[in-house]
Amino acid sequence: MPVTTLDGHAVHVDDEGFLTEYHEWDEDLAKVLAANIGIELTDAHWKVLRFLRADFTAKGETATTRRVQAVGGVPVKEQFALFPKKPGKKMAYIAGLPKPHGCV
Amino acid sequence: MTARKVTTMTTTEARPGLVPNFDDEAEAGRKIAIICSKGNLDMAYPGLIIANSALGEGVETHLFFTFWGFDMIVKSRMNDLQFSPVGNTAMHPIGDAHIPQALTPLPGMTAMATHMLKKQIADLGVPEVPEFLDQIVAAGGHLWACRMSADMMKLTESDLRDDVEGIISAADFIELTNGAQLLFI
Repeated sequence: MPVTTLDGHAVHVDDEGFLTEYHEWDEDLAKVLAANIGIELTDAHWKVLRFLRADFTAKGETATTRRVQAVGGVPVKEQFALFPKKPGKKMAYIAGLPKPHGCV
Repeated sequence: MTARKVTTMTTTEARPGLVPNFDDEAEAGRKIAIICSKGNLDMAYPGLIIANSALGEGVETHLFFTFWGFDMIVKSRMNDLQFSPVGNTAMHPIGDAHIPQALTPLPGMTAMATHMLKKQIADLGVPEVPEFLDQIVAAGGHLWACRMSADMMKLTESDLRDDVEGIISAADFIELTNGAQLLFI
């Protein structure tokens, strides 16, 4: 399994660079991940990220944009504004979770 | 017996600076155009699912509603799309068994099939058609209505969802989607 170094910490990632170990993530690391893809985190971003982290522990999979709206309460339009172009993948990356697998 | 060499992965592969390539720029010029020509509940979904996925990948997406597909955007009809088992030999309510086609036109069969399909879709967390279109528009998708269909059905913009951007001719749509990948459903 590939290991990369972020902010001085070695973390396990998949071949694309998504973290594979839930517990290797923390909020400081999220800031580094976000900066890697050109995003500066605000409170609105944190609301999404905290929902994704909590939902992953409950469901065992990464929430889709649909679920982030329906259950997490963040409208799809806002998700696209916060995580431009590819919100589903970008939110997952910053939250240290696998890419969402659901179609909708 | 063939000897098998067993290797154990005791080493990890160092990949400094590995960041996913979201490749936003590569998608910048990509467009997809989906022609929705069916008004059955089951045939409404494929275009919506593809559109939603394309938008989530940063692809500019246009949907053109024509003929029976108009029911997906007509306010008085969009909440009542139906799924009929008539002529559908691929419906298997229990295991791999077929419904005898002679039974499919019986009263109540379409209502029952529609109810079952709606439940299965809802169980997957997938929204109903009007709400799905709300989500597609929120994600930046564009909805267009076919001029000829509107004229045939004597419908105007006031009969359609407010977020339909216009009633346009097929030629307008072709011009609008220059260079797009096209999908006819």
